[in-house]
Amino acid sequence: MFRNTYDSDNTVFSPQGRLHQVEYALEAVKQGSAAVGLRSNTHAILLALKRSTGELASYQQKMFRIDDHVGIAIAGLTSDARVLSNFMRQQAMSERMIFNRPIPVNRLVSSIADKAQVNTQEYGRRPYGVGFLVIGSDRSGAHLYEFSPSGNAYEYYAMSIGARSQSAKTYLEKHFEEFADCSLEELITHGLHALRESLQQDKDLTIHNTSIGVVGPAGEHEHPALRGGFRIIEGEKAQVYLSSMRPKETEGGGTATPAVPDAPPAAPGADEDVQMAE
Amino acid sequence: MTSIGTGYDLSSSTYSPDGRIFQVEYANKAVENSGTAIGLRVKDGIVLAVEKLVHSKLLVPGANRRIQTVDRHIGVATAGLLADGRHFANRARDEASGYRDTYQSPPPLKALADRMGLYVQAYTLYSSVRPFGISGIIGGIDKTGPALYVVEPSGVYYGYHGAAVGKGRQLAKTELEKLKLAELSTREAIFEAARIIHLVHDDAKDKEFELELSWVGEETGGLHLPVPKDLFDEADKKARAELMVVDD
Amino acid sequence: MNFSSHSTMNPMAWGNLREDAYPEPFGAYSHNQGVKPRADAFTDGVQRTQQPIVTGTSVLAIKYKDGIMMAADNLASYGSLARFKDIQRLHAVGDYTVIGAGGDMSDFQYLQQILDDLMVEEFAAEDGHPLGPAEIYEYLSQIMYGRRSKINPLWNSLLVGGFKDGKRFLGYVDLLGTTYTASTLATGYGAYIAQPLLRKAVEGREDTLTEEEAREIIKESMKVLYYRDARSLNKFQIATITEKGAVISESMSSETIWAFAEGIRGYGAQTS
Repeated sequence: MFRNTYDSDNTVFSPQGRLHQVEYALEAVKQGSAAVGLRSNTHAILLALKRSTGELASYQQKMFRIDDHVGIAIAGLTSDARVLSNFMRQQAMSERMIFNRPIPVNRLVSSIADKAQVNTQEYGRRPYGVGFLVIGSDRSGAHLYEFSPSGNAYEYYAMSIGARSQSAKTYLEKHFEEFADCSLEELITHGLHALRESLQQDKDLTIHNTSIGVVGPAGEHEHPALRGGFRIIEGEKAQVYLSSMRPKETEGGGTATPAVPDAPPAAPGADEDVQMAE
Repeated sequence: MTSIGTGYDLSSSTYSPDGRIFQVEYANKAVENSGTAIGLRVKDGIVLAVEKLVHSKLLVPGANRRIQTVDRHIGVATAGLLADGRHFANRARDEASGYRDTYQSPPPLKALADRMGLYVQAYTLYSSVRPFGISGIIGGIDKTGPALYVVEPSGVYYGYHGAAVGKGRQLAKTELEKLKLAELSTREAIFEAARIIHLVHDDAKDKEFELELSWVGEETGGLHLPVPKDLFDEADKKARAELMVVDD
Repeated sequence: MNFSSHSTMNPMAWGNLREDAYPEPFGAYSHNQGVKPRADAFTDGVQRTQQPIVTGTSVLAIKYKDGIMMAADNLASYGSLARFKDIQRLHAVGDYTVIGAGGDMSDFQYLQQILDDLMVEEFAAEDGHPLGPAEIYEYLSQIMYGRRSKINPLWNSLLVGGFKDGKRFLGYVDLLGTTYTASTLATGYGAYIAQPLLRKAVEGREDTLTEEEAREIIKESMKVLYYRDARSLNKFQIATITEKGAVISESMSSETIWAFAEGIRGYGAQTS
């Protein structure tokens, strides 16, 4: 029934000092659709691929606002994400209540990491089955963090999580040194390119399946009076960014299928529906 | 290990027939797989150093610290599961703060190590929890002078002049033993600590690493602080240079 | 064992005849343990703090060109007795903030502990997000209002002064949780005696007053307070909080003249 003797319980170390249940929880994150995050000197952004379970269903929500200055993208069990994001909102509100200031992003991320750690050490619980990318801006600038079910939280220049996110990561590792001086528009284009890497061959990013989250000053295509808080760009408003993408390179090396932004939602492929199934 | 598969190693509330608690031993394995952490207790202060293995080049350097501050005068360096290290440090902060509330004075290192030993030990008693997958080096200066302790997953703690935990502990201990720790100044100890971390890092086997250094001494006014950038760079550079000579 | 209306409702509380006639000395065999009449707000009264005990008097503070200046004397009175004459009523909280307290000194010491604990926590975080005066003021206000809402106030009136990120901050909070900010503030008797003097000297000149001028204004006000306030002491400290940080001075005193007192009816030797 179990893969080995030491993996049925999160309170058991394997002889190698590993926690198999925690490692399996990390696999749950990979079941969710991909999310990408990256930052420049002025902005931090998130990009996520939304799935739909069928033509009659809406697309799942991949991004959540936590506070004016913080937002997250999720991959994994959405219900766990809702519990944790609720907790994050409470933390953010109490910082405002007690100190009258926006919560420092690192402290917010640490608070859920510490919460997740407990679930790896005590019986009768399971580790959370969701990973976050968190962006936020505070007095030390724009930040990007990854939170994972192991109770770890790291700060990154760029990161991707979720299904097939390794391909996105490869793109980010190749380009991250350029990000620092990017404008918001350039940064989003980079992000979309990275996110596209996580798609299957026959799929493309559209205004229906793409979410873009931003913190930082208003960009060219945004209302100039917009303050630099967290906002989600979706639907028609995402069109201008999707159009900025370089056409996809086919396996042959040539360029084919230019990004067709208004393409109707593609019928979900067989392996795109694994979201919470086992 | 003959214990594997016998069923005596699935819970820390179970002894094996020969009186061992395997879950605690396995927790030690988590520590041994981690980047090295060392602590030096010298004439007038403490130095903590960590070999922070960098799992991705996308990480922001300098963020994601593994040496943490517990109280003004106390620092903790952990080796093992990172998240457990944060739990450990958070608990240490609570203990230190509790001591302050009760006695209106900064906690002595021994008192803190004792409390942390009890806390960690409690996680070896029940099947409903697992032991901590870390060893924590607690260092600082109190009214008795510099003090350095290591708390292990079993809950035992010992005081040390020089301590090393994690992957490179054997080599690090050998190097520490060569030093006249009681005669070194804190500033000198920083250079030794940087050198040892660079020395024990296995380039061939391991990923990139980032050196992390902190100190408590007269120069810091008795506070636990990260080593300032210029001094850090100097020690880091010198350590690299010495290593090159050894390699040649 | 007496039957209350509550215990008659509960079979376990019926007891037995033997118990009624011969109460068990230690209740060793009683099955009625833990069944007590419900306690409500009228069962017994709780008396909370009605007055401060060991008290400090006024605290003064003003804005000036470089930041904030604050002053308080060194006396803690026990009623009208000048009980402790070397008490410090100005307290630095971190690098950017000073609080000054009038009212109950033990409550103030308690607040100092809370804030010192908070600063240790902040130090341990070492993440570049230190709390400034505005945040500490908000925190303190929440404590004060929280306690008054439990009808158990901390009997103080406090001034919070600070300087951070190029900005001055000055605020007042008291035992009721009342908060306000202004460019001159005074607590206690000083609110009546010194505040008009401070306003006249400072308002409209917050950005031009030099440190020397500010110090003169503060010292003059402390002197007037010493003449007029019978719970004051001619020994006080001045704190400045500027770009350079918080500095609390050594104790000092004002030159005073009492010769005129001979002419005051009721003070000197006159009898009619």
